[in-house]
Amino acid sequence: MATILEESGFSPDRKLKIVGTNPIKHDGPDKVVGRAKFGADLILPGMLFGKILRSPHPHAVLKSIDISKAEALPGVKSVVTREDFPELPRGTQWGNLSRNIMAREKVFYEGHAVAAVAATSESIAKKALKLIDIEYEVLPHVIDPIEAMKPDAPILHDDLRTKGVEGAEDKPTNVVERLDLAMGDVEKGFAEADVVIEREFDSQPMHQGYIEPQGCVASYGEDGGIEVWCCNQGTHAYRDQIAAILETDSSKIRVSQSEMGGGFGGKVGFYIEPVAIVLSRMARRPVKVVLTRNEVFRSTGPVAATRSRIKMGATKDGRIVAAEAELVFQTGAFTGSMFFNGPMAMFTRYALENIKTVSYEVVSNRPKVAAFRAPCVPQIVFGVEGIVSELADKLGMDPIDFRLKNAAEEGYTTLYGVTFGRIGFVETLEAAKKCDHYTSPVPEGHGRGVAAGFWFNRGGDTTGSLTITPDGSVTILLGTSDVAGSRVSICMMAAEELGVPLDKVRAVLGDSSALGNNRVTAGSRTTFSSGMVIIDSARQAIAELVKRAAEIWDVPEEGVVFGDGYCRPSSSNVGEFEPLSIAEIAAKTSVSHGAISGHSEMNVTGEGPGFGLHIVDVEVDKETGRVDIKRYTVVEDAGKAIHPQQVEGQYQGGAVQGVGWALNEAYVYGEDGRLQNSSFLDYRMPVASDVPMIDTVIVEVPNPKHPYGLRGVGEVPVVPTLGAIGNAIGNAIGVRPQSLPMSPPRLLELIDKVDNNGGNGS
Amino acid sequence: MAKKVHVTTTVNGDEHEFLCETSQTLVDVLRGELELTGTKEGCSTGDCGACSVIFDGNLVCSCLVLAIEADGKSIETIEGMADGKELHPLQQKFLELNGLQCGICTPGILIAAKALLQRNPDPTETEIRFWLAGNLCRCTGYDKIIRSVLAAAAEMREG
Ligand code: FES
Ligand code: FES
Repeated sequence: MATILEESGFSPDRKLKIVGTNPIKHDGPDKVVGRAKFGADLILPGMLFGKILRSPHPHAVLKSIDISKAEALPGVKSVVTREDFPELPRGTQWGNLSRNIMAREKVFYEGHAVAAVAATSESIAKKALKLIDIEYEVLPHVIDPIEAMKPDAPILHDDLRTKGVEGAEDKPTNVVERLDLAMGDVEKGFAEADVVIEREFDSQPMHQGYIEPQGCVASYGEDGGIEVWCCNQGTHAYRDQIAAILETDSSKIRVSQSEMGGGFGGKVGFYIEPVAIVLSRMARRPVKVVLTRNEVFRSTGPVAATRSRIKMGATKDGRIVAAEAELVFQTGAFTGSMFFNGPMAMFTRYALENIKTVSYEVVSNRPKVAAFRAPCVPQIVFGVEGIVSELADKLGMDPIDFRLKNAAEEGYTTLYGVTFGRIGFVETLEAAKKCDHYTSPVPEGHGRGVAAGFWFNRGGDTTGSLTITPDGSVTILLGTSDVAGSRVSICMMAAEELGVPLDKVRAVLGDSSALGNNRVTAGSRTTFSSGMVIIDSARQAIAELVKRAAEIWDVPEEGVVFGDGYCRPSSSNVGEFEPLSIAEIAAKTSVSHGAISGHSEMNVTGEGPGFGLHIVDVEVDKETGRVDIKRYTVVEDAGKAIHPQQVEGQYQGGAVQGVGWALNEAYVYGEDGRLQNSSFLDYRMPVASDVPMIDTVIVEVPNPKHPYGLRGVGEVPVVPTLGAIGNAIGNAIGVRPQSLPMSPPRLLELIDKVDNNGGNGS
Repeated sequence: MAKKVHVTTTVNGDEHEFLCETSQTLVDVLRGELELTGTKEGCSTGDCGACSVIFDGNLVCSCLVLAIEADGKSIETIEGMADGKELHPLQQKFLELNGLQCGICTPGILIAAKALLQRNPDPTETEIRFWLAGNLCRCTGYDKIIRSVLAAAAEMREG
């Protein structure tokens, strides 16, 4: 019922009191004193501790599992294996999900779960795992996606056939899907080009790296009701997926949200909750399961490794006339990488007419890939933005001017068929050109790089409620999870609507039974979408306040207006009445028509696409190959920054995640197919001393489809990072790296090459 | 099964007694036996700093300390950082300057920063960055964390 919202339209000059300020977020105080409860923090009476046994082999048939010795250990209350989960058909969405959380016929990667134990203490559970006897028939494995595509590669799923290829042979393969996306005529485009550049790129998986390992407490009740407490990016998605793989009803499951210690896409899907539920069912007691960091690395989703070949052509006057790409995405042991985002977003931000892309998604013996901010996009944009800067260099143009010349604007129809409304890419580029960083000369010995990025932003299923309490304060019930402070931003919009101080508004995160369906918090949708339903709810409540005031004064509803928290007569003709505050009206609800509230569910649309440009200065130590990030500026269109500090935080955090991915982070496998760096010591994420302050420029080109003009800001900040750092390094050493991460040994090799033959001509 | 060991220790000024296995870590006992779940466990290998506590005056990773070592010692955790009703200036500045996003790293970072300011009340940005290099944060990019510590230090110097 979005009518009130739609009717209200968008008023860009409205005077805002709360939106655009930086209040302390409501979840902050409990977090700074250690009282906030995260996934691993719940303690229930009688709670058991669950531990999961994992495969040491990257690929093997699970011949037999003997749990009898483990079951006999005192203190062990339940042991579960594949036998305790419904057998769902192979190759289906639920069949794959179920097999990923508990291996059935085969194990597909080192770290794949094969059994689990619940015991009265963690140490007993660990001992019991050692008593489980498993007979494996070890199979040859394949890690690299290109190797996995070869005809003689070890096959993971013998029932897999490539989607999207007409007349494909009826033969097992590791290629899940081929996707062709094209527009215009690339041949004609390249024929017009004066400069054509074609390069190959590759990237390695990085892990989302949330500091909070997955943790949950599950309790299976005697009536078959299931209670799950966990850190998750969406209670309803967890509920419905648990229902599907345990073959029970969604209505019997209640998933609650703990505070979430980082997700970045990695907690959209789950790993431990169904295991904890089945352990609890068999033990008739609540069970807590918390992963170790080692398990997080070995069994939860990193991002997709990629290989790409990208070709772009431009005319002398600086117009990009054609772009072509061949892309391979490694999805881990099961499909689900969302690889289609790569070809859809890679060139989007430039007003290209001729594009041709072919993409493949490939399985190999690695943990199933999970979402990460702008899934499958940054690692491909790394290549595109490298070529775009190289084209600018060749044409003797400033890299931002070249991007401006090709920038998409309102009315451009994308490769995926959407025509842009009002977007802010041009304004973003212009702001970048003017900012202090870009106008300062590049210090001697440093290299400067820029790169641009785009993300669709998302809307989708969203439900929320707002209630005015009898004392006139306001409670909000949200169905989306809060990954970094969306609660306060949504409260700010509600307070602005109702004209009450922010202090009078509080939001709680509902569990999966409290509200109707909410899509996961992902794709930069939450502040936007949950904000929309709460604004709508607030406007419903306002309409009701007006009605009640009219009743109190015994005047027609049209005679009452609402503003700044008060109902007033619309003119003196209506009568002389003292304004009625929300609290005064609310105090009478028990003698009028009951509570005043609003409730809204929408399939929210109108998300405004986001664009950003990053500027980086680096220094490269030519002796060691070490890169020092000297200066970093993020310029991005937020539409409207509801809480500017939090928007800056998204920009800064995204940039530094990108620094890690660009310079260090990668999964390293041995010949044996085992992950060699499954700790924070060996998988090195950026620490405070690795980075400088991250400067931000918030551009505000309002999204006309949102009452305050906001656009999501969670994904874009990661997209340009790899390309910007790559371009900066290229300018520092004379050759643009084409492989991620741009680690010291790789850079030393490149520096050597430049010294010997002057680089790759960039 | 091996017998548990009896340990007496002081946490945030209160005396506690607990029984633990000899292999149990301090973070395990703080979070489990003592139900002080403000201290977080992000890695269990000393690499993330989420479990930082002050142990007889020294900043340690409580995942690298055995619980039995706590016998007779004095431990300070995030739960003891605020002084009655008053938040510690570091806590206050982290709130005002948004030095936290998800907040999972925050207890460890606050404890580590407090230990820094005790020995160096006027640290430079670089000194803060190197001191906090043992505390991972994946959300913030560190910018607002560093600014919060600088601001708290300035306020504390003014008294
Ligand atoms: S949990 Fe102790 S350092 Fe990570
Ligand atoms: S605020 Fe999330 S890890 Fe630091």
